[in-house]
Amino acid sequence: MKLIYEKSQPGRRASSIPRHDGLPEPDVPDALRRTEPPRLPEVPEFELIRHFTELSTRNFGVDTGFYPLGSCTMKYNPRVNERLVTLPGFANLHPHQDEDAAQGALELEWRLEEILREVSGLDAVSLQPAAGSQGELTGLMLVRAYFEDRGESAQRRKVVIPDTAHGTNPASVTMAGFELTHVQTDARGNIDIEDLRAKVDETTAALMLTNPSTLGLFDENIEEIERIFHGAGALMYYDGANLNAVCGISRPGDMGFDVVHINLHKTFSQPHGGGGPGGGPIAVRGILEPFLPVPAVIRRDDGSFGLDFDRPKTIGKVRGFTGPFGVFVRSYAYMRMYGPRLREMSEAAVLNANYVLSRLKGAYDLPFDRLCMHEFVLSARNLKRDYGVTALDVAKRLMDYGFHPPTVYFPLIVPEALMIEPTETETKETLDAFCEAMLAIAREASEDPELLKEAPHHRPVRRLDEVRAAKSPVVKYGFAEHPQPDAVAR
Amino acid sequence: MTHPYLALTEDDKAEMLRTIGVSSVEELFRDIPGGVRLGRELALEPALSEQELSTHLARLAARNVDTTRELSFLGAGVYDHYVPAVVDAVLQRGEFLTAYTPYQPEMSQGVLQSIFEYQTAICELTGMDVSNASGYDGETVTADACYIARHATGRTTVVVTEATNPQVRQVVKTYAPGFGLDIVEVSHRHGTTDPDELRQAAEGAAAVIFQQPNFFGCLEPAPDLAAAANEAEAMPIAHVDPLSLGVLEAPGRYGCAIALGEGQAAGNFPSYGGPHYGFLAARQELIRRMPGRIVGETVDTAGERGYVLTLQTREQHIRREKATSNITTNQTLLALAGLVYLTWLGPQGLRDVGETCLSLAAYAKQRLQERAGLELLFPDQATFKEFAVRVGRNARDVVRDARERGVHPGYALGRDYPGMDDVLLVAVTEKRTPEEIERLADVLAEVAR
Repeated sequence: MKLIYEKSQPGRRASSIPRHDGLPEPDVPDALRRTEPPRLPEVPEFELIRHFTELSTRNFGVDTGFYPLGSCTMKYNPRVNERLVTLPGFANLHPHQDEDAAQGALELEWRLEEILREVSGLDAVSLQPAAGSQGELTGLMLVRAYFEDRGESAQRRKVVIPDTAHGTNPASVTMAGFELTHVQTDARGNIDIEDLRAKVDETTAALMLTNPSTLGLFDENIEEIERIFHGAGALMYYDGANLNAVCGISRPGDMGFDVVHINLHKTFSQPHGGGGPGGGPIAVRGILEPFLPVPAVIRRDDGSFGLDFDRPKTIGKVRGFTGPFGVFVRSYAYMRMYGPRLREMSEAAVLNANYVLSRLKGAYDLPFDRLCMHEFVLSARNLKRDYGVTALDVAKRLMDYGFHPPTVYFPLIVPEALMIEPTETETKETLDAFCEAMLAIAREASEDPELLKEAPHHRPVRRLDEVRAAKSPVVKYGFAEHPQPDAVAR
Repeated sequence: MTHPYLALTEDDKAEMLRTIGVSSVEELFRDIPGGVRLGRELALEPALSEQELSTHLARLAARNVDTTRELSFLGAGVYDHYVPAVVDAVLQRGEFLTAYTPYQPEMSQGVLQSIFEYQTAICELTGMDVSNASGYDGETVTADACYIARHATGRTTVVVTEATNPQVRQVVKTYAPGFGLDIVEVSHRHGTTDPDELRQAAEGAAAVIFQQPNFFGCLEPAPDLAAAANEAEAMPIAHVDPLSLGVLEAPGRYGCAIALGEGQAAGNFPSYGGPHYGFLAARQELIRRMPGRIVGETVDTAGERGYVLTLQTREQHIRREKATSNITTNQTLLALAGLVYLTWLGPQGLRDVGETCLSLAAYAKQRLQERAGLELLFPDQATFKEFAVRVGRNARDVVRDARERGVHPGYALGRDYPGMDDVLLVAVTEKRTPEEIERLADVLAEVAR
């Protein structure tokens, strides 16, 4: 398919911009004036729409079909939320609008915080972080500020992370200026408690843990872990990526965590948009509240809502304004549609995952044979050993059956990992069709492994050469010098 | 009753539990110790129907005074530019809206190609060689650029001009301790930055950050500022307004190492501050230090052109603690809005928007002086779409009184700059008309001074 730049013809345009007679001439000092115009596409409006519509048909979303991408919680995104976010009172509200003229927005933020406090079991919330990884970084900044305030920051340099952690955890640790300590996973898929005991001491600042873990398993020793960390004077950070498993059942605050980030774009149905936007609010125990980013959303005694910038111990600000407001509208709407019934959401997610697990565990290896939470990790190592077929081959072949593949090769401790998260928003018929496809693929691996190795066969493109892309990167269109498809192919 | 967002019938559940080999849903949670269970219902208001939800949110929305209900000259980082219908049409395609990050390229050519096209548009706008797939906003991409500079130069100071957006500076300062960076600010002189002063401050620094047009709306001597930074071997980083780049020179043409900014003005609604997108583009030699997703072109096994996420060894899921950033989810859908908007504009439309803003803002300056009798704060400085005026008394009071007359006259600068309590920052986009400007002048004539 052509790039939009390859459809461009000089002199065409889709826009018309108001011009006014009798105004001063547009004037820019010569030294600052643009010398050559940017080569933006020149297309009429109908070509623009056709181009992006065609592009959309080459993409796959939850609206297209089943998307069991582990750790990403690809649930259905209700359409009413898309309508609500376009209400002029939300979409056209300027973030510097005076408080008295933004009461609806502030009330929505305050109410969302209230819900997140209850769901997380913690005392205070900041909505500001833009996504989960920024929530992590913000949380670690709070940890640092807390220990600075106590005069322990020079001593408490280490953050403990299990080997199953998302890559964002160690990256956030570095960006926050902490040092990393790794802890292993035991044979049941829990944190190795003996390993942990040996590594937590007065130099430890915090633990970062996802619970249920990226293996889809709830850590059975969470109470002991809590005693170890709090006993050493350290704090506990909860990566909320997997909160979809436990809403209304077990809250991070109840588990002993002091800081939590919540992925609004996972658990609370902000659409992922092909890679964003997200929302990563953090909830904290009272001891950390003084350090939260400014402004804080407050409700005053007279019932009005406002923004409080006067927080002397604040870490500062991690993004503009109060956060990604449009995301708040959608997630707030989503949570109001559930209320206390959020528990049913998590129960269905866990039931769906266990059902698919039960149907597939005979055909694929199961490294940790326990009941799972909202997701589980299989291994294709049996197929690799017997037929030379990899997890990637299985993933690509699933595309031919009309399903988005699971997450592959993560978590890192499971070879040939296939991490499957069905979510709650699927019918049993869809789950069964997916299971049938996975079982068929396991059979195909033994009968016709080439079929898998050459997959996908029915997508707009065949398997793409990622090594070539990274070797000599072409990251923008080169206009007259751009390699043409045919030339590229030879 | 089954919840509308759920699907399993009682028969489904019974059969699934049988297959699993447990007797109840409750049993599925047996690994969770009793001591950490909630043990009660969540204390939340009861579930709403879709209709009740719509009514509730419509009421909240109605309690906000948005730019369709009040004539607004507010800017200061977020602007009321026109968003064409094509943006909504493309963003509501479920295939884009409800997809994840394109980890599986064969399922995601639509998003991947559009990001490649976006990267091209950003490089064309800024005159840079390489763009990432977007960052959270104009604030966080500036912090990202500091991280690049810290590691590219090994130096531990970043200089930022005082005339740079206060929120940008605050976010950079919040990130800085974790990066091992000190932040030094350079004062403005009558609304812009003095290149010689900047040159001195830049000595030994990793980078110099300036904004063009700056927070006061004034046009900085940007080529001289970049040259000053380059002389000190500090990386010049320009924070630019994308809609100014049809009329103002591209930062890549005057020696900047990195160009970045807030993308909201290009294709996104104000939306009370987000979600928007930050763009970040750099010179070729920085490609392997870039944060976040980058899309590259390649071929499939049949030799057809296709697109993939590339240079992933920079990223957290591969490099973990040694990654160039922790970012994963970015702002792809809003960046897509940016691409659609820039495609809608084309080069001539971009120039037209810029020129209309320039003319209207120049007209507003005239009328506020002539009709309302106000003084410009920096009368000698050229501006783009925003400018600062003295209003003779506390600007917050002027805002309040003007709003009672249905006009929001701008942003009160006193909050961010000592000594500017009587200064208003007025933004004039192409959505304003000469008649609306006349009304602003009338209202300010009444309530200012």
